Amino acid sequence: MATEVGPTSVKAPASGGAPIHHAPKGVGEDNRIATQGRWAAWLLAPTILALSVVIVYPIITAIVMSFQKDAGLDPATGLFVEGGPAGFSNYYNWIFQQCPAPSGGTVDCPPGTLGAQFWSATATTFFFTIVTVALETVLGFWMAVIMARAFRGRSLVRAAVLVPWAIPTAVTAKLWLFIFAFEGIGNKLFNTSILWTGSEWPARWAVIIADVWKTTPFMALLILAGLQMIPAEVYEAAKVDGASAWQRFRMITLPLVKPALMVAILFRTLDALRMFDLPYILTGGANNTTTLSILVINQIRQGFNAAAALSTITFIIIFLVAFIFVRFLGANVVEQQTGAGKGKK
Amino acid sequence: MTAATTAATELRAEQDRGRKTAQNREKWAQGRTYISAVVILIWCLAPAYWMVVTAFRDVGYTYDTSILPTHVTLDNFKTAFDTSFGNHFGQALLNSLFIGSVVTVVSLLIGVFAAYALARLNFKFKYLVLGFILGASMFPGVALITPLFQLFTNIGWMGTYQALIIPNISFVLPLTVYTMTSFFREMPWELEESARVDGCTQGQAFRKVIMPLAAPAIFTTAILAFISSWNEFLIASQLSSDATQPVTVAIASFAGAQPNQIPYTAIMAAGTIVTIPLVILVLVFQRKIVAGLTAGAVK
Repeated sequence: MATEVGPTSVKAPASGGAPIHHAPKGVGEDNRIATQGRWAAWLLAPTILALSVVIVYPIITAIVMSFQKDAGLDPATGLFVEGGPAGFSNYYNWIFQQCPAPSGGTVDCPPGTLGAQFWSATATTFFFTIVTVALETVLGFWMAVIMARAFRGRSLVRAAVLVPWAIPTAVTAKLWLFIFAFEGIGNKLFNTSILWTGSEWPARWAVIIADVWKTTPFMALLILAGLQMIPAEVYEAAKVDGASAWQRFRMITLPLVKPALMVAILFRTLDALRMFDLPYILTGGANNTTTLSILVINQIRQGFNAAAALSTITFIIIFLVAFIFVRFLGANVVEQQTGAGKGKK
Repeated sequence: MTAATTAATELRAEQDRGRKTAQNREKWAQGRTYISAVVILIWCLAPAYWMVVTAFRDVGYTYDTSILPTHVTLDNFKTAFDTSFGNHFGQALLNSLFIGSVVTVVSLLIGVFAAYALARLNFKFKYLVLGFILGASMFPGVALITPLFQLFTNIGWMGTYQALIIPNISFVLPLTVYTMTSFFREMPWELEESARVDGCTQGQAFRKVIMPLAAPAIFTTAILAFISSWNEFLIASQLSSDATQPVTVAIASFAGAQPNQIPYTAIMAAGTIVTIPLVILVLVFQRKIVAGLTAGAVK
């Protein structure tokens, strides 16, 4: 799912928050907060309830399912497998790439079966994530720096970057499939004759290029918003002090834009880790472009419970990455979102 | 000539040179900016342009690589809506419109209250709630699909509209809430205070003063919500049927007369139909949309 989520990138000014009365704290103030709390509870109830139904309930169901055995014929061995509690065997089977053996117990999954693809899908997912997010960050930064400058036609550029963003991912995938067709414009322009979707590295690069095209604008706009928060006087002062362009970039732009940048990278990373539409339509997951999401979808029709285990693993991986970002890399999303700096109550 | 005047002339010449270098550097920088801008324009627009050009190109010249439109025809648009090869593009357009509208309206109706509370009220667990909502929007779709697939199979909802609408709410609602929250935070709330001083209740102040002021923010949020629902593919590809599939699924599985030949020109025509309204919408409301996307960042 390539839904672009619009994180906030830059700390809202402390004054931008709710103008709560700063009367001396007393009985009146306590009452006021209690009243507001009651109001908030009522106003938030529908959203919390809706999200509980559409997210929390399915997640709990998925976790329960992941500890159940799939009943039915095992597609790999043709044996009938009884349902019932499975303990951690679904997880064990994915992680150690084990399939049920004819003699009972498990053996290594034969190559080509879904069970044998867990680690390659994980590697592919991380490979796509690291390469696309790195490219998008660099390109997005460059685009943002250009768009932040004053020049005639700037609004045209700002409008143009929204075009790739507005095209649905499914259409993007088909469009790049056409561009990368053997007789297509891609090969013609670069004077190559590559069968882009026919082998591993061209297929991977096709996915990466299409993804970078589609999502760099989003990154660029977030970084641009961060750049625009930096007051021009800071640059003037640095210029007067004799700082070179590179020094100004390294000592002013980077540190000041870092909070916005970190949040943008976090959101893009989490989005890339669940990448599905592009490789699914562009390559069908062939030639080592199967991501974890594609593997889950392929597994669903072969057994819900094993699929539930795999989707739970995917969820945990994404959660861990988000945790690392927030905890160690200082991408404070909630603080960004609320503009909850210290200055605000 | 005295030494002093020579020094003065030299100094002036030096300054002139300096000014010229500075001017040159400025010009050079400006030039580079324009070159970069053109590169960005080409990079962003060329693939989209190629889609439109191909959409208008005769199917016999699918792989024509001339940059300008050649063999212009409208046949591809007819083919796109043709149902004889098992495509349901026309129906899919209606489905996407319907699903997107319901998801947007429901999300806005529910989300506007939450956004108001988060932007305006002071209460315990505020950050917990915000964290929960942000976390929800980052949620991987595959983690929902497995239990929903089984659940909807069991209760006979596979291929129904509600089976597509309900999961969409899981990512559109969080998006709606936090986009509106940051819009709401920037509104002139003093007016609400005045209304309350004039004797309105909090509810009345919200309805009569804030709602009209908030209309542009809500409208922008609605566009963003609709676009993200319109683009959804993962869940729809698994839970929809031929009758209820949205455009993304229809385009991804678009079939041609020959099973081994991908009907690119017709697909590009379908893609153009799906994309043009969005692009127009986005360009018209460009400023608002960027503000919504980067919610909270501006001001």
